[in-house]
Amino acid sequence: MEGFNVITKKHFIVGGIFLILILLFLMPFYAKPYLVISLTNILMYIILTVSWVIFSGPTHYISLASAAFFGVGIYTSALLGKTLPLTVVVVTGGFASFILAFFIGLLTLRLRGMYFIIFTFSISELIRHSLLWWETNVTGTVGRWVVMVSHNTVYYIILTIFMITFIIAYIIRRSRVGLALRCIGEQEEAAIHIGINSTLIKTFTFAISALFMGSTGAIMATRWTYIDPRIAFDPHLSFMPVLMAIFGGTIHLYGPLLGATIFAYLEEILTTKFPYYYMLLFGAILIVVILFLPHGLFGMIQKRLKGGPK
Amino acid sequence: MPILEGKKVTKYFGGLAALYQVDFDINPGEVVGLIGPNGAGKTTLFNLISGFLPITAGEIRYKGKKINGLNPNQICRQGVARTFQSTKLFAGMTVFENVLAASLFGSKRTVSIPEAESETLELLEFVDLLSLRTMLAKDLPIAYQKRLEVARALATKPDLLMLDEVMAGLNPVEVVEAMGLVAKIRDRGITIFMIEHVMKAIMEVCDRIIVLHHGNKIAEGKPEDVANSPKVIEIYLGEQTHARSQ
Repeated sequence: MEGFNVITKKHFIVGGIFLILILLFLMPFYAKPYLVISLTNILMYIILTVSWVIFSGPTHYISLASAAFFGVGIYTSALLGKTLPLTVVVVTGGFASFILAFFIGLLTLRLRGMYFIIFTFSISELIRHSLLWWETNVTGTVGRWVVMVSHNTVYYIILTIFMITFIIAYIIRRSRVGLALRCIGEQEEAAIHIGINSTLIKTFTFAISALFMGSTGAIMATRWTYIDPRIAFDPHLSFMPVLMAIFGGTIHLYGPLLGATIFAYLEEILTTKFPYYYMLLFGAILIVVILFLPHGLFGMIQKRLKGGPK
Repeated sequence: MPILEGKKVTKYFGGLAALYQVDFDINPGEVVGLIGPNGAGKTTLFNLISGFLPITAGEIRYKGKKINGLNPNQICRQGVARTFQSTKLFAGMTVFENVLAASLFGSKRTVSIPEAESETLELLEFVDLLSLRTMLAKDLPIAYQKRLEVARALATKPDLLMLDEVMAGLNPVEVVEAMGLVAKIRDRGITIFMIEHVMKAIMEVCDRIIVLHHGNKIAEGKPEDVANSPKVIEIYLGEQTHARSQ
């Protein structure tokens, strides 16, 4: 009679995840288009947050360059979308961001703390303003049209990117690279003295996280049909992943998932119901989280479940 | 052939010579002490050897090969490990994870995770921290933190271990334990280069002592010779003539 106790908590979680995934995949068949579109939006934020956490979570290097990587994807889509098939465009967008992040990484990952934060933020602003200058003075036209794609196609591609991002994030976290990243975050000087090649590991992980941001940008661009540097490199998208990750908590991967979902949903509701106050409400919620939930929402849930800290 | 040798090792911080043309060599299997007053350049010398600071002039050779110019992670993988004056543990990680990481990344060849895990357990046993392996490093008392740092350094499988004041801040009982640990490490065939202020430990454990003062090597020799050297007594206690004349 062994069969009775075999269904453990782990099986339950895996089963639950499967069920959710099936529901998500069938979504366009039973849900209203509006729901599919807003879910696409939520998934976009989740991908940005989870991929931000891949690098910044364990290392504590707070990157504010997400908008740059997202924007590079958007521009890739605008430039290549008319000539190449969609999947190729999405993959190219990802790799363009990967390469950009790799070079930014080599340049900036020697900086720490505040200097790194400011530098990454400036890089993304620099790209935005340079592009704007280029479009105004050299090409003479600001902004571009992007080829439109059906909502369902966008949804499926976003869902695929989300699954890949989450799986890669999970694998990195569990691997020796994940351990090395945590060592770097805890005490970088000691990390290099026990044989960790911190420059290589940081640069590579930073680039991996940018890969997902870039491909997300490439697919999201098709939804907006018109883009210009101000839309593509909107600093809002550099800050949101950070806030969502703090909100959800970064100790476990479910944290950013939960944080991004709730935050994105809140944004959806607040912008429609209270368009003038939504930033204010956001701020208030965030302050409460930072003050009372140091490990984020997921940290609190876990604490409740286990009845003790951590 | 010495396992580690320095030729005219020089380090300037701006205009200040932290180390000036220091020659030294360390033979395989030796325990060599490095002493000197505060600011003598002891930790700077360790930082040059481990590759943390770039050398201004001179050369450092490990097993006959030049190592200055390499990164700390490369030097570590060649077989030189170190601890830090103020412990630099991975504070938010467990005792086990601290050593595991070093075991995984510290040696030249690729170590599998099960292999690293069993090695970690063996080393935690060696430094007597096995029962505390699930604790966070930051929650350990100072003496245990120092031992954990030693275990972490050992996990990189070094041939040369540099200990930077492992006995500072320990009570007399703990100092004796730490001395025992140093002897045990030497018995594993690992060469030790140690900075220490606890004279009792230095005298008993070391085969040879090097004395630095203001960045210069002023004495070198057997512990009893160094302890009786007028020059060394002078820098530690001040000139005798002064005491008499006042």
